[in-house]
Amino acid sequence: MKNSFTNKRLFSFLVWAAIIAAIIAAPSILPVFRLNLLGRYLSLAIVALGVDLIWGYTGLLSLGQGIFFALGGYCAAMFLQLNSATNFPNQIPEFFGLYGVQQLPFFWEPFRSSLFTLLAIWIVPASVAAILGFLVFRNRIKGVYFSILTQAALLVFFNFFNGQQKLINGTNGLKTDVTLLFGQMVGSDSMQRYFFWITAVLVILAWFFARWIVRDRFGNILIAIRDDEARVRFTGYNPTLFKTIVFAIAGGLAGISGALYTIQSGIVSPQFMTVPFSIEMVIWVAVGGRGTLLGAILGAVIINYAKSLVSEALPASWMFIQGGLFILVVTALPEGVLGWMQSDGPRNLLSRLGVRRPLSTYPGLEERGKDEVKL
Amino acid sequence: MSLSLLELNNISVSFEGFLALNKLNLTLQQGELRAVIGPNGAGKTTFLDVITGKVIPNSGEVIFKGNSILGIREHRIARLGIGRKFQSPRVFEKLTVYENLALSVSKPKRPWSTLFGKLNKIQRDQINHLMNIVNLQSRSNISAGLLSHGQKQWLEIAMLVGQDPDLLLVDEPVAGLTDEESDLTADLLKSLSGNHTILVIDHDMEFIRRLESPVTVLHQGHVLCEGSMSDIQIDPQVIEVYLGQQEEGSK
Repeated sequence: MKNSFTNKRLFSFLVWAAIIAAIIAAPSILPVFRLNLLGRYLSLAIVALGVDLIWGYTGLLSLGQGIFFALGGYCAAMFLQLNSATNFPNQIPEFFGLYGVQQLPFFWEPFRSSLFTLLAIWIVPASVAAILGFLVFRNRIKGVYFSILTQAALLVFFNFFNGQQKLINGTNGLKTDVTLLFGQMVGSDSMQRYFFWITAVLVILAWFFARWIVRDRFGNILIAIRDDEARVRFTGYNPTLFKTIVFAIAGGLAGISGALYTIQSGIVSPQFMTVPFSIEMVIWVAVGGRGTLLGAILGAVIINYAKSLVSEALPASWMFIQGGLFILVVTALPEGVLGWMQSDGPRNLLSRLGVRRPLSTYPGLEERGKDEVKL
Repeated sequence: MSLSLLELNNISVSFEGFLALNKLNLTLQQGELRAVIGPNGAGKTTFLDVITGKVIPNSGEVIFKGNSILGIREHRIARLGIGRKFQSPRVFEKLTVYENLALSVSKPKRPWSTLFGKLNKIQRDQINHLMNIVNLQSRSNISAGLLSHGQKQWLEIAMLVGQDPDLLLVDEPVAGLTDEESDLTADLLKSLSGNHTILVIDHDMEFIRRLESPVTVLHQGHVLCEGSMSDIQIDPQVIEVYLGQQEEGSK
């Protein structure tokens, strides 16, 4: 017993050591282009963690996470634009000149402060999510109606941002790669290397944070809400509050994710709020494994990396592969790849192929899967 | 006369013209164990829905501990001290037995305290005590979904008791249980009365008899009669609603 415990600790120590070594070494192993892609996909893992919290654990399928993702991105981009606008006329970002704007719109002002920006990146999307969520949850809108509503909200935000040239450069978005931070160009190789490290560390922190959320009773209540919300009410908990809080947390994570993605891809634009992108976030989590936090991270990183590799080799074929992957997961692996592995999937598959495993109890119990056997 | 814990006055509920409850009156005293029976469609479950705030009656009043609880939301009514067990066992299947009970004994039931707080020693002892009562100690770390039907029923009763309500509303606790299990359930409920006020709804006459409690018979949304089980069984009205009207001339 004690032996297996120390083995387990040794194993997790080795895993962490490997992860940390990989993060430190990645910039010297990978070419700049690949490193930048990996950094962007790692930042997407953070929004996926949020999707997992609200969908995998709480059962709220949001198709509007792009809103919060884009808000975080815009917060970061506004700060960078202002930070580099000292040489432009009126000391405001260059694009304003195209539309004859002389005066900085009022909501840009606070983004001169780096501290404000660091807070706004997650507080702004979390607050928007909290307000939107509270109104929806208080009226007991759930299931597919909730999904439709979030998608409608996404379209509203998309159209608003797309049309506001004079406020936030409309459909062109805000570029960040030629802006300055600490006197250095944000798009430069050395800056991108730092952003990669920051992203990797934040993914790990976000994972610990999400684990802490679901570890104890709070997480159990989320699962309970997913499975039987009425019963939660009669137990004395108010599901509206719990759902609002977890939706706000997912919004905040999406904001951080969007900011990191923006500074590494060089631009934020209303394209972050298109319908397919928000649906893709759900696919990453579904493929990786709902309700397994690690599955969300791996799903986001691996699917996106595969996407860029496949798109380079066979242009225009990715949509088919992604669609096929989604159908495969929904029909064959409803718990996602990681969920399937955790519920003994590989061993069951082997035993179905004729490879019998050593049994310690009864064949009926071990081979047909514990879910089919009542104790 | 002692203080009444729950009073229902002239409750009427109609679902699109169908009168599920029709001027229902019922009073429960502190510490009382009461059984409610009635044929299908008599309004038994609707009347629990009214007490727990799930259904708002068209007219009438619900008084709990001297205050009206009409229009208060479900989770607040639960916190006031009304616990409910559902007809088919509703436990949280993906959570373990222990986690199910932990959710029910947690107090306060606010998000922050469930996120930052830990269960204290008294609460952990209470969970173990509850598992002992319903014989689930050995199942502590098993998902509730894997329990047998009877064990789920008991887990739900334990969760109900764990909420420490003043009033327990128990809807068909022995549906699908073996005779032995229903006897044990009856004993459990009897032992809980006194400290708690309990209202039991069931079809199973043997089980109701074993409760040795006053019985209220519901029929078409109102109280048909009240009395002990032996009185009820010879009441011609009750026989009529359960067995149908005797045909004339058939003797």
